[in-house]
Amino acid sequence: MAQVNKFSITVATANGSGSQSANNILARTLFRMGVPVGAKNLFPSNIAGLPTWFSIRANEEGFTARQRLADIAVLMNPATAADDFNLVRTGGYVFLNSEIKIPEAKIRPDVQLIKVPFREIVQPLSDSIKLRKLLANIAYVGVLAELLKIPQDVLADALTHQFGDKQKVIDSNLNALLAGRAWARENMGDTLFPFRTRANACSNDGKIMIDGNTAAGLGLVFGGCTFVAWYPITPSSSLVESFIEVAEKYRVNENGERDFAVVQAEDELASIAMVVGAGWAGARAATATSGPGLSLMAEAAGLSYYAEIPAVIWNVQRVGPSTGLPTRTMQGDLLSAYYLSHGDTKHVVLLPGTPGECFYYAQTAFDLAEILQTLVIVLTDLDIGMNLHVGPRFNYPHDEMSRGKVLNAEQLEKAGEFKRYKDVDQDGIPYRTLTGTPHPAAAYFTRGTGHDESGLYSESPDVYKNNMLRLARKFETAKTMVPKPECDTRSGSRIGIVMFGGTHEAVGEARFILQKQGMETNCMRIRALPFCYEVEEFFDRNERVYVVEQNRDAQMMTLIRSEMPQYWQKCHSVLEFDGLPLDAETVVEQILKVEEELRKKC
Amino acid sequence: MEAKVAEKNRAGFTKADYAGAKSTLCMGCGHDTITSHIITAFYQAGVNPYDVTKLSGIGCSSKTPAYFLSKSHGFNSIHGRMAPIATGVHLANANQTLIGVSGDGDTASIGLGSFVHMLRRNVRMIYLVENNGVYGLTKGQFSATADRGSKSKAGFVNPYDSIDLCALALEMGCTFVARSFSGDAKQLLPLLNMAIRHKGTAFIDIISPCIAYANHEGSTRSFDAVRAANVSLQELGFIQPMTEIKIDYPEGEAKTVELHDGSRVILRKLSSEHHDVTKRDAALLALNEARARREFLTGLFYWDQQSVPLNEALKLPSTPLRDLGEQTRPSVEVLDEILARYE
Repeated sequence: MAQVNKFSITVATANGSGSQSANNILARTLFRMGVPVGAKNLFPSNIAGLPTWFSIRANEEGFTARQRLADIAVLMNPATAADDFNLVRTGGYVFLNSEIKIPEAKIRPDVQLIKVPFREIVQPLSDSIKLRKLLANIAYVGVLAELLKIPQDVLADALTHQFGDKQKVIDSNLNALLAGRAWARENMGDTLFPFRTRANACSNDGKIMIDGNTAAGLGLVFGGCTFVAWYPITPSSSLVESFIEVAEKYRVNENGERDFAVVQAEDELASIAMVVGAGWAGARAATATSGPGLSLMAEAAGLSYYAEIPAVIWNVQRVGPSTGLPTRTMQGDLLSAYYLSHGDTKHVVLLPGTPGECFYYAQTAFDLAEILQTLVIVLTDLDIGMNLHVGPRFNYPHDEMSRGKVLNAEQLEKAGEFKRYKDVDQDGIPYRTLTGTPHPAAAYFTRGTGHDESGLYSESPDVYKNNMLRLARKFETAKTMVPKPECDTRSGSRIGIVMFGGTHEAVGEARFILQKQGMETNCMRIRALPFCYEVEEFFDRNERVYVVEQNRDAQMMTLIRSEMPQYWQKCHSVLEFDGLPLDAETVVEQILKVEEELRKKC
Repeated sequence: MEAKVAEKNRAGFTKADYAGAKSTLCMGCGHDTITSHIITAFYQAGVNPYDVTKLSGIGCSSKTPAYFLSKSHGFNSIHGRMAPIATGVHLANANQTLIGVSGDGDTASIGLGSFVHMLRRNVRMIYLVENNGVYGLTKGQFSATADRGSKSKAGFVNPYDSIDLCALALEMGCTFVARSFSGDAKQLLPLLNMAIRHKGTAFIDIISPCIAYANHEGSTRSFDAVRAANVSLQELGFIQPMTEIKIDYPEGEAKTVELHDGSRVILRKLSSEHHDVTKRDAALLALNEARARREFLTGLFYWDQQSVPLNEALKLPSTPLRDLGEQTRPSVEVLDEILARYE
C-alpha cells in the first residue's frame, strides 16, 4: 500500500540552474493541497555552478523537520550525482537525469533507479538551449507530480503563482510540466510507486507558507520601522530586501514621499552607528546582519547599552567562527549577542522560532528598545530566515506602538526638572528628550563616557557604580516585559526539553518518537533573554532537562549555568553543529544515550 | 563699564544663549578659539539653538561640542563613527541643523571609511575637523594628516605622506569644501556662516595647532609653522540678511553671492587668478599645487549651491521620521493583499 502524504524528496542540482522555482512550485502545490510540508534549501556560497540540494518533506502528522535521508532523490547535477545516491534511504527511489553517467560501482542495488531523459522530454518545447535547461527542472516536477498523483490544476495554479504575470514563461513551463507528466505516464504507468498524495480539504486553511526573512521584513513595515541601515550579508540580506520591496509599494504617499529611509551603509560599523543615531533622535531604527557583521557592531552595541539609546539588530545566524559557512545554519551567536561589547553589557535578545514570530517580534523589538532605551537583538538563523515554513496566517498587529518615556516641552515644563539618567520611577528606566524639543531644560549631552544623572562627564567611583547598578535594575525590569516561553507540559512527566529558535520542528518530532518508546517529555521553547520567571518555573517542575541547541559549546546551557546556577546540574546538552537544520533522530539518539548512562549509574 | 541689556538676534536669543560648559582643554588650545567662533557664527546667523544638534566622535576636538550651544542636544559618540551617527540623526529629524566636530585621528584614520561615504551621501551637516596632525589625548603620536618629515615631540620623524582631507572631500563629491586656521576669525566666521546655510555636507578642515604636542621646532603644525605657510585662496566676507552691517567686507575686486535667506557672501580675489568656487577641478589643482609648495592653502575651495541633501534625495516627508509611528502602519487590507502571495 502506498504511503499517503508521507515522503521526502531531495533534488540535487547546480546553483544558478533555475531549479529553485521548480522546487518552490512543488512545495507550494503540496501546501495548497493541505498537506503539511516543509522545504529546506541547502545551497553553496556561490553565484552559479556549485552543487545545491533542495529538500521537501510532506508529513501527514505535521513533522516537517529535515530528515537525514530522503525517500526520493532527483539527481540533476553531474558533478555530484554519484555521491548523491547516498541521499536516499534503502528502498528509496532515485530519478537520474539519463545523460549523467554513473560508475557501475556507485549504483546502489538497494534503491530503485529510474533514468529520465529530461533532454528528450523538453526537446520539442523550445529552440533555445538555455530555456530547455530551465524547463528540464519543471519536467522533473511533472514526473514526480504524475507519480505522486498531484492534481494538475493545483500544480498549474502554483506555477502561475510562481511566475506572476509572465504569461509566456507560464505557458512554456506548463508545457514542460505536462511533458514530464506524459513521460511518467507512458514509461512508469504500471510501476507501483509507493508514495502518493491526497488533498486534505482544510488542514492548511488559514495558513501561509513563507520564510522568516520575508516575514521579518513585513514585520518591520507593520511595526513602525522608519529607518533601516544595513550592509548586505548572507543570510540576512533578503530580510531588508523584503522590507524595501513592501515599503516601496505601500509606504510611499501620492507625492512620492517615503515615510521611511533605507541606507545601504559602507560596513556594519556604519550601519549600526546610523541606527544608533536615528534611535537617539527618536526614530524606530533597525539593521539586519549575520555573525561577522554582529562582531563589527560590538562597539556601538555598548554605546547603545551605556548611553541608553534604542536600537534593533536582526542577526540571522550562519555558521561561524570567522566567515565560517556563510550559507549554513547555526545557533552560534547566542553568547556574543547577549554580551555584545566590552565592559559589563547585557542585551535583551529575542528568539523567534517561526516566520510568524519574526513578523510579530519586529514590533516587539522596537517597543522594547524604546521602552527600555536600549539595544534589542533579534536572533534568528538561516533555517528560519531562508527556508519555507508553514504556519498560521499573521494577524494584523493592533497593539499600539510603545514609544517609551519621552518628555515633550509641555511635560518638561510641568516636571520642573529634567535629569537624563535619573531613575524617577524606580524601574531603572530614565526619561529622555528628543532633538528639537523647544524648552530650555530639554537639551542634554549624550556620551559613551562616564556620566552622572544629568549626563555630565564624571569619573566619580560612586557615580559610575550607581549608574551601572541602575542599568542592572533596568535589566531586571526587562525580565517582566520580554516574550514568555512557550511550554507544553504532559501530566506525570518530570523530564523536560528546553530549546529556542527553529529547533522545535525537530524536537516536536523527537518527542513524538520518544513518546512512542514510552518516554513522555515536557517541553519549553525559550523566546527571549533575559530569562523570565516562567523559565525558572519550568526548571523547577522538571527533574532532568535536556537543552537542545545548534552549537558546539552549549551556549544556552552556559547562560543557564551563569544566570540560574541553581538549575544547571539538572541539565544535559543535546548538541548538533554541522550547519544543517536539526533532525529529530539526532535529538532522540542523544537523549536516549544520556538516559541509558543514567540508568547504568543507578 | 557697559550696562546695556544683552542684544538679541533675530531668533530672540542672546549670545550667552549659545555658550556651553567650561572647556577642559589645554590653556591656549586652538580648539577653544574655534569653539568661540562657532558660538559667534550661530548667534550671528540667528539659528534657534533648539533647532541645532551637535555631534562628535572621540578625541580632544570631539569634546568641544560640550563647550558651545548648551541649549542644543549633543552627542559625543564613538571613535570614528561621527559620520554614520550623524547620518542617522539627520534622517530621523531632517529639520535640525547639524554641526559635527571631529579631529584628524577621528576622521582621517579610524573614521576615514565612514567619512568618505557620508560625503557621497551629502548628509546635511556642518562637518568640522579640528586638524592638528597629532593624537593629543594619547600623548603625541602622529595622525594621518601629519606631514612627511614632521617631527614629533618625542623626536620621531613622520615617514608617511599626509592625507589632505580637502582634496579627499573634493574627490568624494562633497558639496562644500573649505580650509581655515583656528586663529583666522576673518576667514572662519564667513565660512561658518555659509556652512550653517549649506544644504548638504559643509566640510571645513580647520588647522588648529596642538600646543601640548605639536607646537615645537620641527613640527609642521606649530603655530609659527602654520602662520608661515598659510596662504589664503581668497578673502571672504559675509553680510547677514536684513542688515547692511558688514561683518567683514573685503576691499578690492569681489564677487557677491546671495543666499536663500537674503544673506550675501563676498569673495575677493587675492592673486591675479580668481578661483572659481564652482569648479571642483580648479580646487583640486590649487590644492595640489599648494601641497607641492608646502603651503597651507586656506579659503573656500568648492561650493555647490544646487546641492541636494540626503533627506531630499531619499524623498523623505517634511514631518521628521521620528514623529511617525502608528500612521506608518499600512491597513488590514494591505496585509491581506500581501499575505495572499504566500497562500
